[in-house]
Amino acid sequence: MYGKKVKLRLLFLLFIFLIVSLSVFLILKSLEENVVYFISPTEIKNLAEIDNKKRIRVGGMVKEETVKLSQNEISFVITDFKNEINVTYSGAIPNLFSEGKGVVAEGYLNDRSFFDAKKILAKHDENYMPPEVKEALETNK
Amino acid sequence: MISSHIGYYSLLLGFGISVSLLVYSIFCFKKNNQNINQNIFSFLFLQFFTVVISFISLVYSFVISDFSNATVYNNSHSTKPIFYKITGTWGNHEGSLLLWLLVLTLFIFLFIIFSKKQPKKYRFLSIFFQQIIISGFFLFLLLTSNPFNFLFPVPNEGLGLNPILQDPALAIHPPILYLGYVGSSIIFSASLASLVQNNINREWAIHIKKWILAAWFFLTIGILLGSIWAYYELGWGGFWFWDPVENVSLMPWLCLTALLHTVKVLEKRNLLKSWTLILSIATFTFSMIGTFLVRSGILNSVHTFANDPERGMFILLFLFSLIILSIILFFIYQGKENTSQKKFFLISKETSILINNWFMMYFLSVVLIGTTYPIFLEVIVNEKISIGPPFFNKLLIPFLALFLIFMAVGPKLNWIKDNYKKIKYSRIVLFFICMCISFYLIKKTSSEILFTSILGGAALYLLLVTTKEFLNKKHNISQTISHFGFSLFILSILFNSLFSNEFSANMKIGQELIYEKEQIKFLKIKTFDKQNYKSVIANFEITDEKKNVISLYPEIRIYNQPNILTSEADIISTIFFDKFIVINLLKGEEIFNVRYQTKPFMIWIWISVFLISIGGILSLFKRH
Repeated sequence: MYGKKVKLRLLFLLFIFLIVSLSVFLILKSLEENVVYFISPTEIKNLAEIDNKKRIRVGGMVKEETVKLSQNEISFVITDFKNEINVTYSGAIPNLFSEGKGVVAEGYLNDRSFFDAKKILAKHDENYMPPEVKEALETNK
Repeated sequence: MISSHIGYYSLLLGFGISVSLLVYSIFCFKKNNQNINQNIFSFLFLQFFTVVISFISLVYSFVISDFSNATVYNNSHSTKPIFYKITGTWGNHEGSLLLWLLVLTLFIFLFIIFSKKQPKKYRFLSIFFQQIIISGFFLFLLLTSNPFNFLFPVPNEGLGLNPILQDPALAIHPPILYLGYVGSSIIFSASLASLVQNNINREWAIHIKKWILAAWFFLTIGILLGSIWAYYELGWGGFWFWDPVENVSLMPWLCLTALLHTVKVLEKRNLLKSWTLILSIATFTFSMIGTFLVRSGILNSVHTFANDPERGMFILLFLFSLIILSIILFFIYQGKENTSQKKFFLISKETSILINNWFMMYFLSVVLIGTTYPIFLEVIVNEKISIGPPFFNKLLIPFLALFLIFMAVGPKLNWIKDNYKKIKYSRIVLFFICMCISFYLIKKTSSEILFTSILGGAALYLLLVTTKEFLNKKHNISQTISHFGFSLFILSILFNSLFSNEFSANMKIGQELIYEKEQIKFLKIKTFDKQNYKSVIANFEITDEKKNVISLYPEIRIYNQPNILTSEADIISTIFFDKFIVINLLKGEEIFNVRYQTKPFMIWIWISVFLISIGGILSLFKRH
C-alpha cells in the first residue's frame, strides 16, 4: 500500500480541499442573502409579488415640486418618466440631492407605490448620474 | 503654452530612454561588463529627471491657470486657492497617472542606489522588468491620457475641481497611496529578476524585506488618509463603506501583509520560495487591477475621473501581458525546493505564519468576490445589484476572531519546532476572563452577541498579551507594536459601531430638540464670502444631562465653479468619543437637515492604524 508520507500528503490535500470548498460555500451563501437588487419604478409596477422584507434600491429622477419636509421626515416622488413611486425617508440627506436630479434610494417596499427608504445614496459630482438611473431613464424616454 | 510643450517633449524623451534602457539592460546582462554600471545609473537619473520636468510643467500650467491645456481647463478654475491649484494637478486622471509614472521612475532609481551589494545580473534584470512596466505606463499616458493636450480657441475660464477634493487630506492621499502601489511594482520586478537568476534566498529576503516594509507603510498610511477624509467630508460620520473603490485598495494591502510575514520565513528558514514569489506577483497584480477598475469607469466614485473604455482596455491588456509574462517565467525558472531536509513542524513559528497567510487569503477572497461579483453579474446577465456591509461583516467577523487568537499565540513560538507544553495555565485563565468581560459589555447591545463578544474578547486578549510583551522588551518591538495596534484597531471599531448613536432631523433656526437626555439648540447662521465659495456657518449648542454645554459650528460651502454644495462637519474629538455634527441645506435657506452623532473611541481608530504602520517603520530601520 501507500507509504506514510503519501498518506499524510493525501490527507493534507483533502484537508485543503475541504477548507476551500467550505469557504466558497460560505461566501456564496452569504452573497445570496445580502445582495441588494436595483429596480426602477416601472419594474416595481410589473413585479409579480411584493416582498416587503427584501432590501432593494430604487433609482430615477426626483420629480419637480414633490419634495415635502417635516421635522423628522422627508418625502418625495421618484420617477422614470413612465411610472412613479412615493418615497419617505428620515435621516441624513446627501449634498447633491435636489428636485430634478438623479437619485438612488435604498430600503423596503410597502406596496407598489410606497417605498420606505433607509438610505439615500450620496453622489460625488453634480453632473454624475448613477449608471443604473441613466439606463432606466433612457429606456423610458 | 510653452510649459505644455516642454512637458510633452520631456515625456517623449523619457519614453525613448525607457526603450533604450530595455535594450541596454539586456545588453549589460549578457556582457558581464563591470564598468557599465555608471552609464545605467545616469540613464535612470535622466529618465527620472524627464518625468520630473514634465510633472513640474504640468504643475506650472495649473498654477498660472493656463487654460490652453485641456487638463487644466477640465479641472481647474482661476479663483481656486493656490494650494488646490497645485494639488489639483493629481486630482484628475491624466495628472494622477503622471504622478504614477513619477513615482515609478523614482523608485527604480532609488532601488539601484540601495541595492549595490546585490549581484550585478540581478540588478540589470530588475531594471529590465521595471522598464517594461515604466514603458507601458509611458505608452498609456502618451496614447490615451496625454496631460498636455491643447485646446483652441483658448477658453477664458476652467471648469473647476470637484469641491469635495479641495481638502488637505485629499491633497496628500494620492501621492502616499501611490508610493505604496508603485512600491509593489519594485517588489514585482525584483522577484522576477531573482526568479530568473535563481537567487531567492536569505540574502535576497533581507534585501527585499526593506522594500516590502516601505511599500506596506505607505499603503497603510494612504488608506488611512482616505478613510479619515471620508469620515469628515464624505461619509457623514462613517469611515469605511465596503465601497468597491475602498476594497480595491484593501486587496493589495492584504496581499502585501501576507508577503510581509512570509518573507520572514524565507529569511530565517529559507523556505516558501515559490509562495513568496506568487505573493509578490499577486500584490502588484492587485494594484494594477485596482487601477484598472477605478480608471476604466466600471466602478463609479469620486475616483472615476473619466469613463473612457479605451483606457480600461489598455490597462487590461497591459495587465494581462504582465501576468502572462510572470506565469511563463514562473514555470520556466521555478527551482525545486529542497524540502526533504527542512521539515515543517506543526507547532512552530513558520506554521503560525502560514496560518496567517491562510487567513489573509480568505479575507482577500471575500473582498475580491464581494467587489467583482456585481460587475460579472451585470456583464453576464445584465442584472444590477450591489453588495453592502452585511455581506462583509458576516463573513469576516467570525474568522477575524480566530485570526486574533492566532495572532496572540503565533509570535511566541520558536522557529523550526516548539512544544505545546509551554502553554501556561495563567494565559488560558486570562483568555476566559477576557471573553467574560467582553460578553458582559456587549450583551445588551448587539443582535449577534456570540460572534461579536468572541471578537471583542479575542481582541482584548491580544491587547493584554502584546502590552505585556512590550513591557518585557524581550520580543521583537516593531512586531509587538503592530500587533498591539491591530488589537486596538479591532476593539475601537467594535465599540465604535456598538455604542455610536445618532440623531437626525430637519430643523429651523432657533429650534430646540431633545434627544436621549441631550438638548440640541440651533442658534443661528452666519454667511461669509470666501475666495471661491460662499460659506454658511451654523451654530449649535448641545447640553447634556450634566448641564455641560458644547458649541458646534458645522458649515455649508456653496462653490462657484462647479456650482456644488458641500457640507463640512464640525467635530469635537476627545479620547473617549467624538461629537460629530453635519448639516445640509434643504429648500431655500430655511430648513436644515441636521445629523448629530456621538461616536465613541473614534480617535483610537486613527491612532491604532498609525501604530500598526509605525511598527513597519521601526522594522525598516532596524539594523541587522
